[in-house]
Amino acid sequence: MSAGTFDFSNVDWSEIGQATLDTLAMLGGSMALTIALGLPLGVILFLTGKGQMLENRLANSALSLLVNVLRSVPFVILLIVMIPLTVTLVGTSLGVAGAIPPLVAGAAPFFARLVETALREVDKGVVEASFAMGAKRRQVVLGALLPEALPGLIAAATVTAIALVGYTAMAGVVGAGGLGDLAVRFGYQRFQTDVMIVTVVLMLLLVQAVQMVGDAVVRRVSHR
Amino acid sequence: MIAFEAVSKTYPAQDGRASGHAALREVSLSVAAGEVFGVIGASGAGKSTLIRLINGLETPSGGRVVVDGDDVAALGVEGLRALRRRVGMIFQHFNLLSGKTVAQNVAFPLKLAGRPAADVKARTAELLERVGLTAHADKYPAQLSGGQKQRVGIARALATGPKVLLCDEATSALDPETTEQILDLISGLNRELGLTIVLITHEMDVVRRVCDRVAVLEAGRVVEEGAVEDVFLHPASDTARRFVREADGEAATAPGVGGRLVRLTFKGEATYKPVLGEVARTTGVDYSILGGRIHRLRETPYGQLTLALTGGDVDAAIKSFEASGVRVDDLTGEAAR
Repeated sequence: MSAGTFDFSNVDWSEIGQATLDTLAMLGGSMALTIALGLPLGVILFLTGKGQMLENRLANSALSLLVNVLRSVPFVILLIVMIPLTVTLVGTSLGVAGAIPPLVAGAAPFFARLVETALREVDKGVVEASFAMGAKRRQVVLGALLPEALPGLIAAATVTAIALVGYTAMAGVVGAGGLGDLAVRFGYQRFQTDVMIVTVVLMLLLVQAVQMVGDAVVRRVSHR
Repeated sequence: MIAFEAVSKTYPAQDGRASGHAALREVSLSVAAGEVFGVIGASGAGKSTLIRLINGLETPSGGRVVVDGDDVAALGVEGLRALRRRVGMIFQHFNLLSGKTVAQNVAFPLKLAGRPAADVKARTAELLERVGLTAHADKYPAQLSGGQKQRVGIARALATGPKVLLCDEATSALDPETTEQILDLISGLNRELGLTIVLITHEMDVVRRVCDRVAVLEAGRVVEEGAVEDVFLHPASDTARRFVREADGEAATAPGVGGRLVRLTFKGEATYKPVLGEVARTTGVDYSILGGRIHRLRETPYGQLTLALTGGDVDAAIKSFEASGVRVDDLTGEAAR
């Protein structure tokens, strides 16, 4: 690569295409599971908290500890220490499938905390009014608490999805593929600056798209 | 309809404090079916706790709360839910679901009760009509004024056809004009649906406009209870006197004014009769008006004047006042009140 004649000759567009699909697959798969695990976890964290309807100090402390432990392990380390568990769960520690368990383990506790915060923002009066109308606990949670927190929950999901984009890039370390993997192996290790630029731009566009969609949905569901 | 039997409520000690906080101490009250019962007190007097004991949002630490024949604390989960469908509640800050439309808010308690969709729709339309919000059915609470939000709150509270309506400072966040409209609406519900209403407030004016009876709460105790006109015209406790004064302004006393100091209380028809002039002419007394107020208690007009009587036959004048249906209190010994 000589000065003045910079071009995109190193870029294998079909490989870029495949890597983009891999990143999207990792993001989609891990996001779905993160919500499936993190949302109930966040709800339970909230409900067992002080002054809440299922107040339970022991359960709350235990869950809180679990969340804090998972959140304090750097994601790169989590990727590696989870390899045995990942193999047990999905049969491989490689590729998109192998990346999803550590991605979920990294993102679900993060999302759960954001869910807990979003639920705390809900006016306590609304919960009280629901009970006063004769609602069961389940009805209060599903009919009042979660719908009232919906804008906050979607904002939380947006933030989590963007964090996951960053995590998928690191997942390249364990052979997960995707845009981050391409950036490291070609852009960094082989000094192919053009590949680096293309992958970074694509990830940037992905983050932008996630944020814009998230913001649009929040606006749509918010009636404050 | 509602009875408090020596009810106490003590909140457990918070971290760092040695003993719990007693919100209510040995409160006994009874509210008859179909009456509008007011509970007035300063903030922290225990009003919120008292009203929440009625629908089981709070549980008593001692004593019993009996509502519509049921001991609230003895009801199971299902029994309590059934009771709550018979006891509607409205709130100072309305507590509407911000993500649901007006119609969806009103429909919410019906859906919670598992009513079929067609019933929910018909009943919601009827309730919105009743509170005058039919045109706003598809708006969200954020698009409404405070008065409109409270109307949604009222429609929602009425959805399950309750016998009792609890009003938790329902007009405290509203401006005077809107307050009047909401109080009129509440009075109308009492008259037309025979609803028993318990309202808590810190404004004597609210009590005067809508209540039949009132209890005055001070530091968790009922310090005075009775018909609104008695408490209003002849408050016996310092707390009640303070609230009356807030609503009506100071009944002025003028130090140094001679003669006999009396307070005249007119009620109903007597309020508009030319009693003062008549009595002055026939008994030869002179009077100076030191203070006074003329208002309405619900539909009854009343007036209260503080006079200094001099010259002529003061005792005869007092007898003539009493003969015309005016209550006379001699204030000479207690002018400072």
